[in-house]
Amino acid sequence: MTKRVITITSGKGGVGKTTATANIATALAVDGARVVCIDADIGLRNLDVVLGLENRIVYDLVDVVEGRCRLRQAMIRDKRLPNLFLIPAAQTRDKTAVSPSDMVRLIDELRDESDWVLIDSPAGIERGFRNAIAPADVIVVITNPEISAVRDADRIIGLIEAEEKGPAKLVLNRLKPEMVKRSDMLSPDDVLELLAVELIGIVPEDEKVILSTNRGSPIVLEGKSQAGQAFRNIAARLEGKDVPFLSLESSNGFFGRISRLIGTGGD
Amino acid sequence: MEEHAKVKIKGIREGLLITVRDDNWTEAKAALQEQLKQQSEFLQGGRLILDVGNHNIRAAELGQLKDMLTDDGLALWAVLSNSQITQQNAQLLGLATRINKPIPERTTHTIDTALSGEEAVLVRRTLRSGFSIKNSGHVVVIGDVNPGCEIVSGGDIVVWGHLRGMVHAGAEGNQQAVVCAMDLAPTQLRIADLIATTPKRRGKSQPEMAKIVDGQVVALPWKP
Repeated sequence: MTKRVITITSGKGGVGKTTATANIATALAVDGARVVCIDADIGLRNLDVVLGLENRIVYDLVDVVEGRCRLRQAMIRDKRLPNLFLIPAAQTRDKTAVSPSDMVRLIDELRDESDWVLIDSPAGIERGFRNAIAPADVIVVITNPEISAVRDADRIIGLIEAEEKGPAKLVLNRLKPEMVKRSDMLSPDDVLELLAVELIGIVPEDEKVILSTNRGSPIVLEGKSQAGQAFRNIAARLEGKDVPFLSLESSNGFFGRISRLIGTGGD
Repeated sequence: MEEHAKVKIKGIREGLLITVRDDNWTEAKAALQEQLKQQSEFLQGGRLILDVGNHNIRAAELGQLKDMLTDDGLALWAVLSNSQITQQNAQLLGLATRINKPIPERTTHTIDTALSGEEAVLVRRTLRSGFSIKNSGHVVVIGDVNPGCEIVSGGDIVVWGHLRGMVHAGAEGNQQAVVCAMDLAPTQLRIADLIATTPKRRGKSQPEMAKIVDGQVVALPWKP
C-alpha cells in the first residue's frame, strides 16, 4: 500500500476539519490499514474528543517534539480499532511549541510504521497551518457551501500552490440538497467553478454527525448514515478506488452531473 | 559595509542566490539574519537558494533557519554546499541541493515591449484570494481573478476569464484607463479616483469593458 501523509485543512474554522479527519481515519482503519492521526491544533485540541479518547491521553505531540517521551508512547490506540492511533495535541501550549521542520522529522519517523498519516490542521494561515502542511504528501481542503468558507478555501489553496504542495483536493461538507434545489445554497458546481480543484467528496448535512461527535464515536462506524457513507467514499477515493458520487436525491440531476464531471477529472 | 560583505544576494535564473562567506558560521549566520531582516520586503515571494560553502550545518540548525525564513514569509528552496553533511541534512528537510535542473516556470513575466512601447505584466494563472499585484504599467491576466484578490495598475487591466476581485486601473490618476474582462463582476472596480461596484447581473454574462464616460464608470459590451 502507498504510504501517504494527508493534511486536512480549511482556513475557516468550524467547517468540519476535525470531524472529517476522525471519520476518514476511521474509515481507512476499518479497511484494515494502519492509520495514525495527529492533532496539530496545539492549544485547542479536539480530535481526541471526537474519537472518544480524551481520558487516555498521557503524552502529546509537544512531549514528543521536546523529547519527554518516545513517539510510540504518545500514540494512543483507538478503543474500537486496534490499527488506529492518535497523537493528541498539547492543550497547555501554543502553536509556536512546534516548528514545520519538527513536523517533517516526526512524520518521517511515522512513515515506516503506518500506512496512512492524517494531520488535522488548525484554522488560520499562520504557524499552525504551516506546521500541518509541511510534511504533507496530499492536502485535502474542507469547505462548506457558504461564501465565506469558500473564500477562505480559495486563499488556502493559493497558499498551498505557493508552497508547491498542490494541487489540493476538495471536500464539500454539510451540503443541504434541498436548499441547493431552491437556489438558496451554493451548489457543488458553483463552488468548483470558483476553486477549480479536484473534488473528492460531498458530505450531506446530517444531524447524526453532531450526535456521533458528542458521543466520541465516528459516524462512519454507523451503517445507515448518508454522511458516514460519504466519508467512507472519500477514504476509498484516497485509496485510489473509483467510487461514484452519492446520489443524495434520486430525483435531483445535479449530483449526476457532478459525478460525470469528476469521473473525467480523476487521476 | 564589513557586515554585508559576508553575505551576498544575487538574482539568478533559478531564484535568489544567497552566498555566505567561508568563515565562522556563527558570525555568518548572524550576518545572514541581519541581511534577511533588512531586505525581507525585496525577497518576498522569491525562491531562496542558500550557498553555505564549506560549512557543516547540523539538521536542527538548518531546520531552525528554514522555520525562521518561513515565519518571515520567505521560502527556502535549496541549500548548496561542498559539505556532504550539510547536503544530507538539507535533503532530510526536503530541500534541493542542486539547482541545475529545470524548475517550474515563474508565474509573472514582463513581455517584450519593443513593439508597443508600453510596459505590461502578463499573468498566466488563476489569482486566488489574498493575492495582490501592483504594477505601474498595464496588467493582463489569462485566468480567473477570484474574490479577495487585488490588482492595482497604472494603466489598463485585461482579464481573460472571470473578474470577481478588486481592481484599480489608472491608479496614478489616468482617467483614460479601462478594465476589460470576459465576465466583468468585480467586488469593486476603481478607475483613477472613481469607485464603482457591480450591479446584480440579469441574464448571461458577456465580455465587457469598464471606462469613464462623463465622469462616471460605465460597463459597455467589449468588442475588441
